[in-house]
Amino acid sequence: MAGRGKLIAVIGDEDTVTGFLLGGIGELNKNRHPNFLVVEKDTTITEIEDTFRQFLSRDDVGIILINQYIAEMVRHALDAHQRSIPAVLEIPSKEHPYDAAKDSILRRARGMFTAEDLR
Amino acid sequence: MGCWCCRQWLNPVHHNAGPDQFVFVLAQTIMKARLKGAQTGRNLLKKKSDALTLRFRQILKKIIETKMLMGEVMREAAFSLAEAKFTAGDFSTTVIQNVNKAQVKIRAKKDNVAGVTLPVFEHYHEGTDSYELTGLARGGEQLAKLKRNYAKAVELLVELASLQTSFVTLDEAIKITNRRVNAIEHVIIPRIERTLAYIITELDEREREEFYRLKKIQEKKKILKEKSEKDLEQRRAAGEVMEPANLLAEEKDEDLLFE
Repeated sequence: MAGRGKLIAVIGDEDTVTGFLLGGIGELNKNRHPNFLVVEKDTTITEIEDTFRQFLSRDDVGIILINQYIAEMVRHALDAHQRSIPAVLEIPSKEHPYDAAKDSILRRARGMFTAEDLR
Repeated sequence: MGCWCCRQWLNPVHHNAGPDQFVFVLAQTIMKARLKGAQTGRNLLKKKSDALTLRFRQILKKIIETKMLMGEVMREAAFSLAEAKFTAGDFSTTVIQNVNKAQVKIRAKKDNVAGVTLPVFEHYHEGTDSYELTGLARGGEQLAKLKRNYAKAVELLVELASLQTSFVTLDEAIKITNRRVNAIEHVIIPRIERTLAYIITELDEREREEFYRLKKIQEKKKILKEKSEKDLEQRRAAGEVMEPANLLAEEKDEDLLFE
């Protein structure tokens, strides 16, 4: 692990993860643990939650990218995360385009910019 | 409010000041200084809160814009992925198996806004592309385009993440600052003002007590004087008192030889 450098972790469906790995963010750490998780139809919610918690507790992960439909499944774990690092970003997947209403960060600012939200 | 006997405005060295008075006046000065300090503090904190809120709104706006942009970039990247899959076949498994070292990593830098340190992400490249040989068989061009698209997406997402962390940090900072402003405004300042009012009433009361005491003493002195005068009159009448020699009333001076 390079000194202060942090990794970008991904939790998503096969296509998303493949794409981002080709973008060059994938890495196996000393214990051969990857910084990504491919979520398939038969992946349990507990598994997703565990991996998410694991990423949160790792100190070499700076950003966690997660498909929005998966984020919905583990919404409670996401909302419980109050720290600023690692940053959790919800990205759209092929089947589910981006929906600003479900984003947990934007929900915190609900009261302020409602007009712009509906843009 | 002034002194009751001489109408002089109450100042630290007043002619009616008893030894205790100084303690109260000192306390009053201290309380006044504290009140001033609390008010200055409250104003400064309000300014800080305003500055933070302003920055907060700016960031929020930028976040919404960037998220919309990201939605589009991701869609395009997903398209190019589908294209590449069509030409190069299914390379997902190969890609996933060949993970080794990340070429793109991020650094956390610190930015400062009105005294609040915000973490900012900066991405940097390291090492070579581990998937350089992946598209050699077929679909190389699509794969190259794909890689470029996702690299662009990653850059955008890093920026978005910076905005998001600033957002969360600012949110917390604003809440704390507002809490402090309210605490000063609704608890500390009223408390000091009440203490100040109490000190002033105490001083007033002591002033009145002094005045009353003085008046009483004057009365007593007057009565005593009258009594001793009466005594003197009686003794003179009885002829017991010898007047001392009065220099001014003397008529003949023995020492003068020539008159």
